[in-house]
Amino acid sequence: MIGRRKKQADVIVPAAEAPVGAPALVEAQRTVTRFGHGSRVPGWDEAADLTKDPAEIPDPATTPVPEALRAEIEAHMAKYPNFRSAAIPALAAAQRVHGWCSPEAVEQVACVMRLTPGYLIAVASFYDMLETRPVGRNAVYVCTNISCSLCGADELLTKLLEETDGDPDFNVRHFECLGACDIAPMASVNGVYVGPIALDDVPTLVEQIRAGTPPLPGKQLHLRKSTDPNASSGGPSS
Amino acid sequence: MTTEARNASPPIILFKDIDEPGLNSIEVYRRRGGYEMLRKALTTMTPSAVTDELLASGLRGRGGAGFPSGKKISFIPKVDVDKYLVCNADESEPGTFKDRELMQKCPHMLIEGIIIAAFAAGANRSFIYIRGEYEEQALILDRAIAEAEAAGFVGSDILGSGFDLSLVLHRGAGAYICGEETGLLDSLEGKRGNPRLKPPFPANQGLYQGPTVINNVETLATMPHILKMGGEAYAKIGTETSAGTKLVSVSGNVQRPGNYEIELGIPSREIIYGLAGGPPEGREVKFWFPGGSSSPVLEPQDLDLPYDFNTLQKAGSMLGSGAIIVVDDSVPVVSVALKLAKFYRHESCGKCTPCREGTRWTVSMLERVDSGLATPMDLDIMASVQEQIIGNCLCVLGDAMAMPIGSMVAKFRDEFEAHIEAARLRNPYGGDEPGGRDGSDPVLVQGAAGA
Repeated sequence: MIGRRKKQADVIVPAAEAPVGAPALVEAQRTVTRFGHGSRVPGWDEAADLTKDPAEIPDPATTPVPEALRAEIEAHMAKYPNFRSAAIPALAAAQRVHGWCSPEAVEQVACVMRLTPGYLIAVASFYDMLETRPVGRNAVYVCTNISCSLCGADELLTKLLEETDGDPDFNVRHFECLGACDIAPMASVNGVYVGPIALDDVPTLVEQIRAGTPPLPGKQLHLRKSTDPNASSGGPSS
Repeated sequence: MTTEARNASPPIILFKDIDEPGLNSIEVYRRRGGYEMLRKALTTMTPSAVTDELLASGLRGRGGAGFPSGKKISFIPKVDVDKYLVCNADESEPGTFKDRELMQKCPHMLIEGIIIAAFAAGANRSFIYIRGEYEEQALILDRAIAEAEAAGFVGSDILGSGFDLSLVLHRGAGAYICGEETGLLDSLEGKRGNPRLKPPFPANQGLYQGPTVINNVETLATMPHILKMGGEAYAKIGTETSAGTKLVSVSGNVQRPGNYEIELGIPSREIIYGLAGGPPEGREVKFWFPGGSSSPVLEPQDLDLPYDFNTLQKAGSMLGSGAIIVVDDSVPVVSVALKLAKFYRHESCGKCTPCREGTRWTVSMLERVDSGLATPMDLDIMASVQEQIIGNCLCVLGDAMAMPIGSMVAKFRDEFEAHIEAARLRNPYGGDEPGGRDGSDPVLVQGAAGA
């Protein structure tokens, strides 16, 4: 059983020295950093203090929330019979503002939704697209599930990681099946599905992401026609 | 069996002219007769008449379980409480991408189906739970819902029938388990997506504890067509127990991966070789998943099985979501098994022990197989772990790993043993070899070996 939790031992930063705030921990993107109290998340140190009461619903008077974010969260809450249903859309909205579900972001959502930060952190940590640590602003999800890896997704991910190594603007990660096995190997670049991506395309793709232009415009999913030979010819009318 | 025979008269329902430009707008959809079946249902039929039509069609759920859709709606209690309809557009089963194409190219077909199903079930609130990764599709659906609202198909007193329905698009945030119906409901309620104990089933206590119908995108999109052609006529397509057409997503080692609409009951060979072009030149099919990565694998001799629910079940597998993943003979079975097990380990929600621990130990054992530390006896242990998982969890995620892994070990045992032997000779010290195994550490290996 020795070493079961090997990744905990990677880097241990004493809790007191743990930097708080988003940009300080860029290198944390690669290796999972653990802090003195065992959490992977910088900034949550105090939550592990068992002598302290859990965080309560933030006080609106002392928690400034950007107006646009507040309006968006309230609009989400109004859509559902129970306002709690808006937890995921609200966290996603806060993540768009703050770059990740930072303590500040969660606090603001908690303040608007009148929920405890602990509840929201529990939700955020369950879902892969909600980031609980600072990440680069360009999200590149590479599908490495069976269909894609049969078509060379693992090599693609390695190459993408090499090309973007050390660039704090990138969040390149493998992802569960993204539901686009017909364009394998593929990646979701800031939400845009592109594929099949040849290894030679990678430098171009990275350049395009850096420049903020559409990724591999000729290979985007929405251009793809149906492969079913009967779909366009149309069978007998139903 | 030959493609010519199929092309003579392929029934094509969902994918008919799917690439027509502008089909995702309400104008083009209505020009093609869209929303007419909604008008027919709401103005000339009673909810029970719609349900009867669905029952007569023999339509079975297209999301994985294959439960008769009409029956699901008929289970909803006829009492005066808030009822809900949820469309499962999470589509997280590896290998499945049919709903993506439907939602992207013809979102109104889905919306019309949702309204018809909600009318049959007496639900006044409906939700589409779409996976967070589908950003483009979510934008398209958002626009389509706004168009449908503007046209008076969603809202209060639809088409003067007195039937009210709201429709909300809810985006998930990346979790395989939210495709499981009760996990989806928890996620929709704003919680972690942990599956619930069943019973009570969602038909009695689902979303916000109210009676809830949950259907897959493809199932709902088929409903307008069933009303159009009549349940009886729809039941004539396909086989006796598997009526209708099915969208199959073919991927992996095939020449033309993609979505194909097939009549249920055609030989699987025709799908893999006829439509998808078979494996690349010079390679052979080694094994294939007939219904997503959760289905037990089948071998080349099973290629002539008719592709329908009951036949595949008899063959020890399942049709599942209709995702065929083909693996050719150049791929070692151990690498596929390891990939699969790692995926389920990551996606296990951790709520029940057999799944949480079983997926983790299966990965550890497969890593030992891969590094040469295993013995053939480990394969027996691994098989028994899979048996202990199946049927012992709240939801089917554990089974979804245990069934394919168990079938791979059973069907390719010789290759597993050969892999162990080859790895042992190549790498007598296990994972200590620098850069040996897949990023895992030597400590783990020594600890596991000494345990």
